Amino acid sequence: MSIDWTYFTPWASLTGGIILGLASAIFILVNGRILGISGILGGLFPPKVGDTTWRIAFMLGLFAAPAVFHAVVPVQYITAPRIEASDFLVVAAGLLVGIGTRYASGCTSGHGVCGLSRLSPRSLVATASFMGAGFITVYVMRHVI
Amino acid sequence: MIQKNHIHHLVEFAVGLSFGIGLMLSGMTDPGKVIGFLDLFGTWDPSLALVMGGAIMVGFFAFTVAKKRTTTFLGGVLRFPTNMDIDKKLVIGSLMFGTGWGLAGFCPGPALVSMADGQPKALVFVLAMLVGMLGFELMDRFVHAPRKAKLNAA
Repeated sequence: MSIDWTYFTPWASLTGGIILGLASAIFILVNGRILGISGILGGLFPPKVGDTTWRIAFMLGLFAAPAVFHAVVPVQYITAPRIEASDFLVVAAGLLVGIGTRYASGCTSGHGVCGLSRLSPRSLVATASFMGAGFITVYVMRHVI
Repeated sequence: MIQKNHIHHLVEFAVGLSFGIGLMLSGMTDPGKVIGFLDLFGTWDPSLALVMGGAIMVGFFAFTVAKKRTTTFLGGVLRFPTNMDIDKKLVIGSLMFGTGWGLAGFCPGPALVSMADGQPKALVFVLAMLVGMLGFELMDRFVHAPRKAKLNAA
């Protein structure tokens, strides 16, 4: 293993992480809800009566983020995302993420951030499983195939 | 008059917005960075460890406070997850999710934000993810639930 110093962004990542933590903190303490993206989104497909407005309000905020981010952050600090996967792989990945997160009732935010923060053994198992699968998948894709 | 409902919706929007900004700032919306983190055996980008670390540091404090309370700051219900089961569903689902995460470098939140940022591949990913989510719902309703009912009846 060697560290990728070119792309390593300790301060931006730590600050971003703290913002993610603060958002999750406000969501549980003020609204009494766990901030889990796959659950919030999945609950809209299909929608249930009386359980959609809060999900949509959250999603609208999430969708407004890029516009606000670009308005606030100077352009020289923004790096273009590197998306290397082919369309076929992107579709396969999307299907796996969609089915998997619903099956496990959570993703990086619900299990990874909120679950680990509240020391849930269930979320620890989920996080270890998806991280482990992620490490293995990238190992196979980059160093085996 | 401002009702509690309005405050909740304002908070939902603001939390969604700040979460999205946090994802962009942290680098989570860059699949190259996510895969760089997952690439333990190549040139490793440790950034995402700091994202998780920073988030959990704040989150741990917040949930410690929340666990000691019986209501939210607005006097509402605290909806903590009730499912404690560590079962096949949890592990298999997470393994599927992790495989998809490693293949494209997108997890649900960053994919939605990147889609809103105008990335065509993120849109493709989100559409496939929604098909997956709907597929799971249908499976759950028409395959899992009836099977369970049958087992319970037997």
